[in-house]
Amino acid sequence: MSDYLFFIEVSLAGLGSGALLSLTALAFVLIYKATRVINLAVGEILMMGGYLFFAFAASMNLSPWLAIPLAIAGGAAIGALVERGIIRRMLGENPISVFMVTVGLGSVLVGIVELVWGTDPRTLPDFMGSAPIFIGEAYVSRKIAISFVVAALVIAVFLALFRFWRGGVALRATATDQAAAYSCGINVPGVFSLAWTIGCGAAAGAGVLLGSIGGIAPTMGAFGLSALVVVIVGGLDSVAGALVAGLAIGLVEALAGTYLGGEYKLVSTFGILILMLMIRPYGLFGTKEIERL
Amino acid sequence: MTEALKPARLDVEGLSLSFGGLKAINDVSFSVEPGSITALIGPNGAGKTSMFNCISGFYKPQHGRVLLDGEDVTRVHPPERAKMGFARTFQNIALFRGMTVLDNIKLGRHAHMSTNLLQALAFFGPAAREEIALRAEVERDIIDFLEINHIRHMPVAALSYGLQKRVELARALAMRPRILLLDEPVAGMNREETEDMARFILDVKEEWGTTILMVEHDMGMVMDISDHVVVLNFGQVIARGLPRDVQEDPQVVAAYLGSGDPAALMKRLAAEADTAGAA
Repeated sequence: MSDYLFFIEVSLAGLGSGALLSLTALAFVLIYKATRVINLAVGEILMMGGYLFFAFAASMNLSPWLAIPLAIAGGAAIGALVERGIIRRMLGENPISVFMVTVGLGSVLVGIVELVWGTDPRTLPDFMGSAPIFIGEAYVSRKIAISFVVAALVIAVFLALFRFWRGGVALRATATDQAAAYSCGINVPGVFSLAWTIGCGAAAGAGVLLGSIGGIAPTMGAFGLSALVVVIVGGLDSVAGALVAGLAIGLVEALAGTYLGGEYKLVSTFGILILMLMIRPYGLFGTKEIERL
Repeated sequence: MTEALKPARLDVEGLSLSFGGLKAINDVSFSVEPGSITALIGPNGAGKTSMFNCISGFYKPQHGRVLLDGEDVTRVHPPERAKMGFARTFQNIALFRGMTVLDNIKLGRHAHMSTNLLQALAFFGPAAREEIALRAEVERDIIDFLEINHIRHMPVAALSYGLQKRVELARALAMRPRILLLDEPVAGMNREETEDMARFILDVKEEWGTTILMVEHDMGMVMDISDHVVVLNFGQVIARGLPRDVQEDPQVVAAYLGSGDPAALMKRLAAEADTAGAA
């Protein structure tokens, strides 16, 4: 096998995990855009998605095609509950307090998972098959390929909805100016709920995909940290930024991990983060906030 | 207009609003007649903007009521008020930056779309027809009317201040207002922009028949176009009436310029020193 082919295969695997990063980053972006809250529990909600799928598909023996929507709905329900029960009450509080609440929420979710399912990693029932896929001569793992296609489709749908759907335009309007949106008749609290519900649903869906590839464990929420890097590099309020930065960081991680050694994987990711914060702190596609004095 | 909207009557009854111990508005009552232009004026800190925020639903007054055509709307949230026919502009321009002029104006109609958000997902059917009708109506009745045809595909952030204010007025008109609340429509504008805006406000009143309530500092403009003026000072109404009567009211002159009488000024300063000493 030629080096060239190997390079292509590593890159494809990187793009595949990059698409999952993008999908998780989408959850951060949706929630930040609408409510200006950095929800650090996105990673744990992703983990909950994986465990809910495990509960429905393995413990209750439901068909995976029923378990997937149920797991996504479960994640969405957590998002809706958290927004309605905690975040909405904290509107107008110091952003750091709200941020800390999401950190706490993450710990609570990890605790619940450990109480119910224990700390051992588990494998999810296989629903994607394992026959490899070949693009030309390059080999791609079937699961990574499927995850890539699903994540790309979901993000494309979101990009289209933001641009053309009236609800998406209402969310963008709320993100730009809450008071003006409110007085234009946009149901601003409704937009907050919608963003949290859809964002956490997307994270849970990413959890099912991620869990099918690498198994689930209470620590898999750490994937959310890589997604947070993606969001900061792409721009906190940009869906397109999440897509581009997710793919780029997935690619860099895979290449660095293969050619430089596994220990360089995170070094390269966070190196990019530091560089980005120095050059463009608002991200590739983020809105540059202008403070008027 | 596709169909004439009945201009609304607005009554404010015994309204009081305080922030902690600070009384921003103290037992204020006034009325805005249907189809008139009423101006709310007063020195800085008089409570004009607080009053505006109570009328548009952003603040909840502790006492008193706001009535639209006799119906109590004091506790109604802004989105529902938008459906009832309230529309407002903001003192500091509150446009959706990053969107085009047309998108901004169309968002004004959000509250009145009769198809729901799920129907809006379809590219055909009632929601799409409603979109097309909306666009035609906006083009005809608002964009041409306010002379912003040439900028309608531009992002709002690229426009001059005066034009941004005009787009904000356009968005408020797209809300099919029965009462239009303008918060300092000509603040920070030059002479020419102010005259344009005054002309548009008069046109709205004459062609749409909309009831208009505005807060404004530009006395020339207020006196030129309003039918009725209400003067606030320290959260209370100190004068009301026709523009020329209000202009000559000694209390109004005193509030704006001081009394002009050196003896009275000395007396007031002495009185203030006394109260300060007593405290």
